[in-house]
Amino acid sequence: MRNRLIGAALAAVRGLAVLPGAASAAGDGPQPPEREWSFNGIFGTFDRAALQRGYQVYREVCAACHSMRLLYYRNLMQIGLSEAAAKVEAANAFIVDGPDSEGEMFERPGKLSDRFVSPFPNDNAAKAANGGALPPDLSLMAKNQAGGPDYIAAVLTGYADPPEGMEMSDTQSYNMYYSGHRIAMPPPLSDDLVEYADGTPATVDQMAVDVSHFLMFAAEPQLEDRHRLGVKVIIFLLVLTGILYALKRKVWSAVH
Amino acid sequence: MAAPKFDNPIVRWIDYRLPVFTFMHHEMHEYPTPKNLNYWWNFGSLAGFMLIVLIVTGIVLAMNYTPHVDHAFDSVERIRRDVPFGWLVQFIHMNGASFFFIVVYIHIFRGIYYGSYKSPREILWILGVVIMLLMMATAFMGYVLPWGQMSFWGATVITNLFSAIPLVGEHIVSWLWGGFAVDNPTLNRFYSLHYLLPFVIVGVVVLHVVALHTHGSNNPLGIELRGKQDSIPFHPYYTVKDFFGLGLFLTIFCLFVFFAPDYLGHPDNYVPANPLVTPPHIVPEWYFLPFYAILRAIPDKLLGVVAMFAAIAVLFILPWLDRSPVRSARFRPIYKQVFWLLVIDCLVLGYIGAKPAEGWYIHIGRLATVYYFAHFLVILPLLSVFERPRPLPLSIGEPVLGGGGPSPPGGGSAGAMERA
Amino acid sequence: MAATADGAGGDGVTRRDFLEYAAGGMGAVGAAAATWALIDNMNPAADTLALSTTEVDLEPIEPGQSITVVWQKKPVFVRRRTEAEIREAEETPLDSLPDPMADTERVQKAEWLILVGICTHLGCIPLGQKGTDEKGEYGGWFCPCHGSHYDTSGRIRKGPAPENLAVPPYRFLDDTRILIG
Repeated sequence: MRNRLIGAALAAVRGLAVLPGAASAAGDGPQPPEREWSFNGIFGTFDRAALQRGYQVYREVCAACHSMRLLYYRNLMQIGLSEAAAKVEAANAFIVDGPDSEGEMFERPGKLSDRFVSPFPNDNAAKAANGGALPPDLSLMAKNQAGGPDYIAAVLTGYADPPEGMEMSDTQSYNMYYSGHRIAMPPPLSDDLVEYADGTPATVDQMAVDVSHFLMFAAEPQLEDRHRLGVKVIIFLLVLTGILYALKRKVWSAVH
Repeated sequence: MAAPKFDNPIVRWIDYRLPVFTFMHHEMHEYPTPKNLNYWWNFGSLAGFMLIVLIVTGIVLAMNYTPHVDHAFDSVERIRRDVPFGWLVQFIHMNGASFFFIVVYIHIFRGIYYGSYKSPREILWILGVVIMLLMMATAFMGYVLPWGQMSFWGATVITNLFSAIPLVGEHIVSWLWGGFAVDNPTLNRFYSLHYLLPFVIVGVVVLHVVALHTHGSNNPLGIELRGKQDSIPFHPYYTVKDFFGLGLFLTIFCLFVFFAPDYLGHPDNYVPANPLVTPPHIVPEWYFLPFYAILRAIPDKLLGVVAMFAAIAVLFILPWLDRSPVRSARFRPIYKQVFWLLVIDCLVLGYIGAKPAEGWYIHIGRLATVYYFAHFLVILPLLSVFERPRPLPLSIGEPVLGGGGPSPPGGGSAGAMERA
Repeated sequence: MAATADGAGGDGVTRRDFLEYAAGGMGAVGAAAATWALIDNMNPAADTLALSTTEVDLEPIEPGQSITVVWQKKPVFVRRRTEAEIREAEETPLDSLPDPMADTERVQKAEWLILVGICTHLGCIPLGQKGTDEKGEYGGWFCPCHGSHYDTSGRIRKGPAPENLAVPPYRFLDDTRILIG
């Protein structure tokens, strides 16, 4: 009897919970295909090799137009770079600092405590350089798009010729997964666009998956902590709840 | 109340001067609780627990949050990324709001099913509705604080509701904003009030509990306690039962916090607020969806707003709309069915609220809105007159009147609540 | 009824006691862990910790000149001492000092004096960094709040301050760069 009641309560909670999920999934265009990600699931972790490849794609391709302002160079140590290697990455960037004692702004090499340098000084400059379209900041891309990394990988690999009768302007490309199908970003990837340090063949699909993996990290660098602690907490709560149930039965055994 | 004997001399010393221990003994050990409360009665204490969790995590979050349009979004991301356990505290707070509403909505529907709002518990019920209103205001303002796209546009849309008020509407909206649009002054005042209102809620909760302990809990049979054999002390029976329920609840809650923290939220709120770009689908948080559906069901701006507030206002007068002397739906065969229709109606309204206002969704939304008000304003008063309740048991200890057999005929149709 | 639940014979009581202790113990552990998360929340965050060291380029500093750099939000005095200042600091007899410490213990290279620029009395910032500042009776620094005089080794000589100016942890990365912290 009790179990059925608990079951009903659970079902009620689930029933309420399903609503907004179903709502946010609504959109036009085909659903992005679901891919296997190592960070999915309750034990999910990032694949360090994929993160480093993805970072390489971001730096060599995406970073020409897209900022990633919530990441610091120190975060690169979390994707498996040594402190020295992360420092080199930081030092390759030029940071505008100042004003100095003469009141002038100056450039200096980046440090681990600096944020990723943005390709444009402000949004208007970014728009002006990109035909009026603002390349979005990528820090939270994997969280602020329905479908997350699946969606990013789908868009990066979803370029095709427009269907018959669909007029595209010069600044637009046809994309199967982009809402409205007209995307201002020209196809960013082509085979062997980057040369992976670990020798992985740089196909469009491989690069799209790797950079999506990295963008998931960028959106939630503490994901692995969350999963690790979560497993412990759930096990702890299950045991505690079991004991409380036994105690409850014991205490109530004399009533009725 | 007779002061109990305490063994510990320090306890005795303190209690003589400040009778907190006598008070606790009175409220925990002597406070007679019906012995037949089922698990639906767990949700009151769960709601109290969630209120404390939200206040504690909120105070800690406030230590790292910056209420300024230029820094709010980044300060929340900094909490998630750089502050030790900040992600945990933030996810608990964010999902905690949703779970607070889940718990409170179940608590409310329990009260409706078992007639807990009826005499002498009308004020207890009204205080509960006041708590719900305060929760809604607090949750709405809290959702604005991360200053994402949904924060901004949700605030814009909801504050614009007040522009429907004739003559002074525009002035009121401008006064709410402290400017000509939702902007930094708005964020700052929402932050101030978001910090204040939870403590107001605590105050009303205290009154809610005082009112509860005046006449004690209702129970699944909805009949008065007939004597000692019908009741048990709150402690240890209901403390241990509440703790067990809490353990179960926390397990489900933590599954969301740790493994699906963004499931109940909206992706667009991970985009910083942009006053020049409206997201394609603005939806409020799920717990507002039924009210949002009622708002949109009515084509007239002012009337839509009136209807939305009326949907809550009607709850205030519920004790006087339902005149049936029988509390529990167990003994009200028709009421039990319309109760479940009301639950379904609210779920439908929630579903419609999440959908764009177009095509069939509009018609279904209107139908569900009409039914919502009909339930309270037409069906309940009529049922009070025409429904023929089943015979009530004499007492909790003896649940059934002689002759009828162990369960009423047609027991197979009883719902999950019934069997509990 | 409460009496029968509590008073049932031998085995029942033990089992209930065990369950109560187990539940109470686990509950306490869980509450403590959750509290720890909230307490740790107030510790310095990762972005703050990333700024825990400061690199200083010594090249532009002339002999006799001081610069102030910021390390962990505190002012750090970097002074390139002249020969005269070094000699004065080294030859001061230790028994004339309120907080005796040899100059050689306070510097890694005699030319470079690195100090946390916070008066050990009540936390003011002493004067003496700019050429126009009063440097006190001993040619080092002078705290305007309560009149503490520091010498060319940053040691307290006169006034209410109890200790010498602190030397922060630092190391030379090469001849012209130091890393503080």
